[in-house]
Amino acid sequence: MTQFISTVNLIDHDEIFERLVALHRGLDEAQSREVDARLILLLINHIGDPRIIAAAFEAARPRDQATAQSS
Amino acid sequence: MVERVSAPVWRTLGATRGGSGHEKTTVAIVGGGPVGLTAALDLARRGHRIVLLTRLDYIAAGSKAICFSKRSLEIFDQLGVAAPLRAKGVTWNIGKVFRGQDSEPIYQFDLLPIKDQKQPAFINIQQYYVELELIEALKKHPNVELRFGHTVSGLEQNDDGVELAVSTADGPYLLTATFVLACDGARSNMREYLDLSFEGSVFEDQFLIADIRVRQERPAERWFWFDPPFNPGQSALLHKQPDDVWRLDFQLGSHLDRAQAVHPDHVESLVRGMLGRHVEFEPVWYSIYNFRCCRMRSFVRGRVIFAGDAAHLVSPFGARGCNGGIADAYNLGWKLDRILTGRADAALLDSYDHESTRSADENIRQATRATHFMSAKGTAERALRDAVLSLAREHEFARPFVNSGRLSCAVDYPDSPLNCADLEAWAAGPAPGSPAIDAPFGTGYLSEKLGSDFVLLSNGFTIEPIVGLAQLQADAADSSLLARYDLTPGSCYLIRPDQYVAGRFKHPSALKLKAALRRAGGES
Repeated sequence: MTQFISTVNLIDHDEIFERLVALHRGLDEAQSREVDARLILLLINHIGDPRIIAAAFEAARPRDQATAQSS
Repeated sequence: MVERVSAPVWRTLGATRGGSGHEKTTVAIVGGGPVGLTAALDLARRGHRIVLLTRLDYIAAGSKAICFSKRSLEIFDQLGVAAPLRAKGVTWNIGKVFRGQDSEPIYQFDLLPIKDQKQPAFINIQQYYVELELIEALKKHPNVELRFGHTVSGLEQNDDGVELAVSTADGPYLLTATFVLACDGARSNMREYLDLSFEGSVFEDQFLIADIRVRQERPAERWFWFDPPFNPGQSALLHKQPDDVWRLDFQLGSHLDRAQAVHPDHVESLVRGMLGRHVEFEPVWYSIYNFRCCRMRSFVRGRVIFAGDAAHLVSPFGARGCNGGIADAYNLGWKLDRILTGRADAALLDSYDHESTRSADENIRQATRATHFMSAKGTAERALRDAVLSLAREHEFARPFVNSGRLSCAVDYPDSPLNCADLEAWAAGPAPGSPAIDAPFGTGYLSEKLGSDFVLLSNGFTIEPIVGLAQLQADAADSSLLARYDLTPGSCYLIRPDQYVAGRFKHPSALKLKAALRRAGGES
């Protein structure tokens, strides 16, 4: 069974981060939200495994909510 | 649904005279909608004495429920009323989803992916035609009394039966029944008399149904729009019905003046927006509604059994209201029959409660998700919904996320107390607690061979004759049936009288089968 990876799993972080930020350049709030939402859905489908997706959802929660929601 | 605007008369039936003193019957059914009538017909063909009481002395106009599912058609076929309904109804299998002003759908789906079944995914037909057909069929049974214009005004029950107080134009009378089926709809009086709770959530969005008569050439498909130019920021739905009637359904949002919304000018502008500026049409039925998703905690209260909208309500997207109610009625019929004839213990009703509440929960879950998707609230929820819609046109992966209503199909009961768990691995086929899937069989269809009793469907395995168990043999000529059921030589399925699988065996024996039969049949 594949585990959710929260340790380093790629190279060239600066390049990727720069490109992620660049996706939003020149966009207004609504457009940025749309890009984010599309990106999330594309990645979710690529991952596919519902357990990995659930673990990512959990890790993404605001920290003060994380424990309350997972109990 | 709640808060309908109108319920005019479609056909006058006339109040039934009589009813006096203190009468007795085996089963009293309260409510003359599709659910009560279906229950009556199933019990009538099994020979029980039935009195059906309905407050109305007419069949109500207004198309109301229009989409009848394959499962409902299979049930109607068992009861002998599917053929005329199919002849009158509009058959459809395809749904299309549109977005914005694009004339091309972003996505389309086929609701009958497995072909070669006797019934289509859906027919559309006005509810009053269904009611009339069921009433006509019931009139052929001398053991059934239909009483129109008879209102139940109170009830009392003890260990032996239920006493109903009935009021009519001719005065009141009492009716004692061994069992009472409460099929009296969303605002069930029966629920109130027993002081039973009905819990769930109310949705604020309002919807407008406009049934109109218009001559137009369009395919018999379900068309759904997100954010169309004629109803910006909201959704809309189009269904074809018989008699050149079309169901148009518009989401109106939550802040709206109801009187303004049903005003003919407002409706007309929406209709013309959808169908074209110069379209000529005639209003048939306008109705504004919002809806609740809720259910009773338990559908069985002593000898009073609830079914349909009286027991559970869902949002209309997915056609899960009326179809869900018909499923309740049919789940109950054979069980009540077995109890009344002494073949099963009254505890068999627990399985009705288990299976019908499970079915209601599934329908509510699906309908609630669809409602959330189409009326997405808040910026994040809306952005995610819109992202699904924008991705769906280009990318196949996003299409299954699009939720314009997941349409009604028979609900599985994987944890039913009547199931006999699989002992072997099966490559295909309905698991215990799932409905038998139709397939070509001999010169017809399997669904035509599954009658009102238990059925042993096997490929070569036989046991000595058992009362109440019909045996069907499939062979190599029935290749798609063998494949759909993974019915390898020597294996078999035990199918319930409501065409659900009770158990299946790769290596059957008379002992195993009889045990499964006792379990599924609720033998005491």
